[in-house]
Amino acid sequence: MIRLNTPITDKDIRNLKVGEKVLITGTIYTARDQAHTRLIKEENLEFEIAGSVIYYVGPTPKREGYAIGASGPTSSYRMDKLAVPLMEKGLKIMIGKGDRSEEFRHEMIKNNAVYLITTGGAGALMSSKIKKSTLVMYEDLGAEAVYKLEVEDFPCFVAYDIYGNNIFKDSNHEK
Amino acid sequence: MRQINLVDITKLVKEAVIKINYNLDQSLVSLIQKAKTNETRDLSKSILSDILENQEIAKEGNIPLCQDTGVVVVLLEVGNNVTYEGDIYEAINEGVRQGYLEGYLRKSMVTHPFNRVNTLDNTPAIIHTKIIQGDKIKMKIAAKGGGSENMSKVTMLTPTEGIEGVKQLVLDTIFNAGGKPCPPLIVGIGIGGNLEKSAQLAKEAIFRDLDDCSDDKTIKKLEEDLYNEINALGVGPMGVGGNTTCLAVKINYYPMHIASLPVAINIQCHSARHTEVEL
Ligand code: SF4
Repeated sequence: MIRLNTPITDKDIRNLKVGEKVLITGTIYTARDQAHTRLIKEENLEFEIAGSVIYYVGPTPKREGYAIGASGPTSSYRMDKLAVPLMEKGLKIMIGKGDRSEEFRHEMIKNNAVYLITTGGAGALMSSKIKKSTLVMYEDLGAEAVYKLEVEDFPCFVAYDIYGNNIFKDSNHEK
Repeated sequence: MRQINLVDITKLVKEAVIKINYNLDQSLVSLIQKAKTNETRDLSKSILSDILENQEIAKEGNIPLCQDTGVVVVLLEVGNNVTYEGDIYEAINEGVRQGYLEGYLRKSMVTHPFNRVNTLDNTPAIIHTKIIQGDKIKMKIAAKGGGSENMSKVTMLTPTEGIEGVKQLVLDTIFNAGGKPCPPLIVGIGIGGNLEKSAQLAKEAIFRDLDDCSDDKTIKKLEEDLYNEINALGVGPMGVGGNTTCLAVKINYYPMHIASLPVAINIQCHSARHTEVEL
């Protein structure tokens, strides 16, 4: 098991190997389809993209006294093309669920970034690891807006590493 | 004739959508517990533990099981000896509206395929109606997530492709879906009817009790074979590999045209949220 603190460095990325459990502490940002289409057109982002972590999530509405609602991952493949310009600007970790395209994996390795997955459908569990959420950009997108999350020991697994390993392919080949 | 007040329908729907989004069915929880002991790799076990821990946290009632609180699907059965005043579909939608608002559930319905404008109250529900004998109204209510629905499909096979053709289709579909529909899955299959009938059969199949089996011998055997063969695919929890790709396979069938063999596969994720109510 590896503990990571944000922002993420190139050395952190080199240490991550497929299948390993990772606990992230620090600041991560949320973005899904609609936010991505806007983010890639921005000249200046309202957060530091270099060394950042983006989590693909659209939470449920939060209750009084709670940091956030249910916050499990959404399928990552929809962001495959949209993630490339962000990795070119220094995005280091993407968190979501499910397999992605070979083109994405290739770009990811080229940009020295990694793709982590977390347990799909575990929205309540993930929510319990998020201590604070603040709106950063695109309020009009509602659940799909960009939020800054303060997380503690946010549990993930390495799905693609920079050494060309893919958790989904390896597992299927094993059988 | 028994007179029913539609306000009671609204109330039942509202309570049901809130309940299912916070409570995983206990028979499902035991299947996941069993699956966990059956996994050998730490990674696969760890994902099943997450799912178990998640439902414990959700049960407290403040955070839903999954952030995708789904589209509401209602299998509505209306007795022929029931009367009511007003629009029963509107009564159901009002229940959805109130439940999704008061239950802090995510609104995931958009009005139009291309403008994607959210309806803001998770209506309309998708309602399938049947007239039955008697003086009761029964509703099977589900909150169906988008991730697993997106991996579902209908295929028109030719009759000579037979059982082997159906098996291959199901195995290919589950394998290609990989981790995207959040395995371990419940696989609902509809065979026969026509295009839309097969899809409806598959949807009805995912509402079946987890421990039941088809009363047709051939279909029962197919359910068992597919259960074993799907798990032998090795997709595993969230697609990371392992022995648990599905928790159950349910097949419903119906007569069909001599030239047809329609097969629908409706994939249900591990967050199988549904219930039955009666009035
Ligand atoms: S597939 Fe099911 S468990 Fe996974 S995110 Fe969607 S609704 Fe939740």
